[in-house]
Formats: sequence, structure tokens, C-alpha cells
Amino acid sequence: MDEEVRLMKGNEAIAHAAVRYGVDGYFGYPITPQSEVLETLEALMPWETTGMVVLQAESEVASINMVYGGAATGKAVMTSSSSPGISLMQEGLSYIAAGELPALVVNVMRGGPGLGTIHPSQADYHQATRGGGHGDYHFIVLAPSTVQEMADFVGLGFDLAFKYRTPAMILADGIVGQMMEKVVLPPQRPRRTEREIAEQCPWAVTGRPAGRRPNVMTTLELDSYKMEENNLRYQATYERIRRNEVRYEEYLTDDADYIFVAFGSMARICTKAIDDARSMGIRVGLVRPITLWPFPEKPLAELSKRVKGMLVVELNAGQMIDDVRIATSGRVPVEHFGRLGGIVPSPAEVTDALKKFISRI
Amino acid sequence: MKEEIIIAGFGGQGVLSMGKILAYAGLMDNLEVTWMPSYGPEQRGGTANVTVVLSDGPISSPVLDSYDTAVILNQQSLDKFESKVKPGGTLIYDPYGIHREPQRTDIHVVRVEAMEATFDMKSSKTYNMIVLGALLAVRPLVPLESVMAGLKKVLPERHHHLLPDNREAIVRGMELIAKE
Repeated sequence: MDEEVRLMKGNEAIAHAAVRYGVDGYFGYPITPQSEVLETLEALMPWETTGMVVLQAESEVASINMVYGGAATGKAVMTSSSSPGISLMQEGLSYIAAGELPALVVNVMRGGPGLGTIHPSQADYHQATRGGGHGDYHFIVLAPSTVQEMADFVGLGFDLAFKYRTPAMILADGIVGQMMEKVVLPPQRPRRTEREIAEQCPWAVTGRPAGRRPNVMTTLELDSYKMEENNLRYQATYERIRRNEVRYEEYLTDDADYIFVAFGSMARICTKAIDDARSMGIRVGLVRPITLWPFPEKPLAELSKRVKGMLVVELNAGQMIDDVRIATSGRVPVEHFGRLGGIVPSPAEVTDALKKFISRI
Repeated sequence: MKEEIIIAGFGGQGVLSMGKILAYAGLMDNLEVTWMPSYGPEQRGGTANVTVVLSDGPISSPVLDSYDTAVILNQQSLDKFESKVKPGGTLIYDPYGIHREPQRTDIHVVRVEAMEATFDMKSSKTYNMIVLGALLAVRPLVPLESVMAGLKKVLPERHHHLLPDNREAIVRGMELIAKE
């Protein structure tokens, strides 16, 4: 399959991109608003073309542990779910992080807490950027705002996951998952051969050739001195990721007096609000973090030296605002605007929130 | 050119697929497009709506609160979206099942008896294509040939024998407007 322009939902784009990237296995369990990922994979039947395994597991807990097992063998494996399902996966994610294994997890967020609603939300920001499970760990969090990015971040997520031997997460929301847009699908790549995997992943559990020490995959270490060493090694990896992999986008920040900070679909709603506000003479711009972890602290720190205020707009009660406040160290007023429980604010509501923010500060 | 459209009616009327065909037609015409549905249980009988944006430049928000054009196919949707048409915009509605006519005088209101027209057609399943034809007659956003090219992409190949019926329904919708 060559490069191809299609119109599709973000969830469908994830599935197509996974097959075309040469993913070895997908393990998942249906939940709205991301069920199209599994449905599309079942329809594409990649086991007949690339040999990719697609399996509907009995639960999210089973899915993530299948990912854990597959990743240990050096295969490119992934799962996808939505908020309540991702909560069920947290134990497995902590193990995958501790095992220093590459894997891709997609969370198409819906409103919580609890079983919540099926409508869009960004309320899992803290869970995603702080690790979510137990122990000191992070993983790379990519926040797509277009269907194209849903497709692109599958490849990027796996590339980064293998580069740093860490899980990566695509943190999307119901809007990006359910909306259709034009998307350019990448050309089909072959899946890696067993030999390529053995060469590229010398740590993987692939069957021990004569003369090599066994690769052991465990996250249990009862000698605390060794466990501290393990932790220091994880932290060194996180530091390298923080140094090298920050991604973000700015829109009309050069002359801005005020800055919206927003990610995913909310960033697009802010872009329209910016155009409306600028037509009223308010100079406002946008910083859109693309990696939520590592967080783009530097550009926000720089902007905080010259703007009058930042309004963090999220589909939650105020989560990313913590990172913006850390990045800006109290230099400018930073406030939050958001809607909860699956409600999406309109561009006009965001413009109003900005006007109120300006009159307050 | 940028057109922000809401299509709203009952689940099952073909609201979402009409939007999809329109979006695909835009894609065939090299436009940027977004298609944002209401999703969830409402697809199975309640109200359903879809926001479609066609633009020759990048599209910012796929979620909107005011529209250039509203296509309204039931009373609940008229109640919800009439006030959200931009001044000078267009409201196209099917009077079938509507008990309160649109009130706005600062917008272009177009009545299309599409449900009535399906009674003369071979299949009532082409209802949404009649409505699409009417929309394109009022707002010629994309040429008929792009719509047909879009339809060909949206319909699985096993249904391609239905393309002529769909084309006929779109043309019928266009004629309903021409007759006015």
C-alpha cells in the first residue's frame, strides 16, 4: 500500500496507521468513544496481510498484560481504551515502565470520574502525565489535535518507545477520536523480522542462543540497593527524554499580550476563539503542548517574561494548569477555564472566558 | 471560502451519512473538511446531528456554536439550532412533522418538502440524498460530480449499483428548489 489520502475518524486513522507502521500485535477491549480502533482493525484483517495479531481480550487488564508479554519479546505491540478502561490498565502500565519495555497505549478520553459519560473530556491529564500507576515512573504522552496527528503519532509513539525503551501514550479525547478529517496515511512498512528484532532489541526475550546469558524480564527486586539503581536508571532515561523530546506548537504568540495554553481538540477551539478575539482587538496567542510529558516548560517560561497573563483551557477542572504554573513560576497570572463531564465549550464561551480573565487581572 | 454547516434530525434519517458524503465531496474537490457527529445512544433513535466544515484553508475548531447553514429535519432540531444560524445565513428545513415554522427574518429560510418527495421515489432510503440535493441547490458548495465521487468512496462496492438511485434523489432535491 502506498501513501494515500482518505477521509476518516481519528479512531480509524489509529487502526490504519498501526497496520501500515508494521505493528505486530493489538490487544484491546471495546469502550466508547474508541471502539472504532478495534472495529477497524477487525475489518482490515491485517493478520492476512502483514501478519499482525488483532485480539479482543476478555478485559482491559488482560489486554495490558498481553501488551506487557508481547513487548518483552521485542515486538511492536499496542492497546487502546478510554478512561475507565485505562484506569484498569494502570498496574500493567507500571510493570511495563519498570520492565523498561516499549509499547503504545491509546487513551481516547471520556468524562469521568467513575463510569462517567461517553462524551469528550481531558480529565485524565494528571493520570497520564504522572504515570498513573504506583511507583516513580513516567511515559511519553502525545496529544493529537487532528486526525492526521492521530495517524502520525502511532509511528512517532512507537519510534520514541523503542528509542527510550519506555511506554508511550497517545492521549486523545472523544472529539479527535470521533471526528472525520482528511488524513494522509503513510505507505505500508513491513513488520520487522525475528532477526531484526533480535539485532535491534538485544534485551528482548527471544530465545537464548548458545553462549548468550539469558535475558530475564522481571520488575521484582528485593535488594533495595539494586532497586534504587534501577530507579536511578529510569530517572536518567526520563531526563534524556525531557532534554530531547519536548514538542509543542505556537500560534500568534509573537505580539501576544495573553496566551491560551490548550492541548488536543481544545487547542483547536482556542484557535477559533483567538481569531474572534483578535477581530475585537485582543492580542492573544496559543501554546499547544504536543508532548504533555515531557511538558514544554521553556517556551512558557520565556513567554511569561513578556505577556500579561495565561489562560489554561481544558476539558477538566484544572489539571495542566499545574504544569503551566510550575513553568511560569508565578511571573504572570495563570488561570483556568474548562467545562466538565463531557461538555465541550464553544469558541464563543472561550472568548468570553478570556475577556473575563483580562478584566480580572 | 469557508462554510460551517449543521445537519440535524432524528437518528436513522441519514443525517450522519449525508454529512459524510458532503465531507467526502469536499475532499474530492480539494477542500479541507471536518465532520463532527453527535455520537452515542442518540444515533439509535433520538436526535442526531453533525457539524461539517468545508474550507479552502485550514479549519480551526470542529466544534461550533454558530453556523452559516443549518439543515433541519425535525422539530427538536429547529428549536435547538434556529437561533444559531449566523445573521444572513441559511436555514433549510423539511416541514414534515414540524408544528412550529421558523421565526427568524434575518436569515434565508428555505422550505423543502423532501419527505413528501420520497413517497414518489423508489426507495425512502434516499431521503437524505434528496435533502442533500436541496442543500446543494441553495448552497452550491461542491459540484454534483464531486458528490458522486464522494458517494462512490463512502458506499462499499457491493452497494455501487445504488449510485444511480442516489444520483436521481440528489437531482430530485435540486429540482424541488428550482420549482420554488
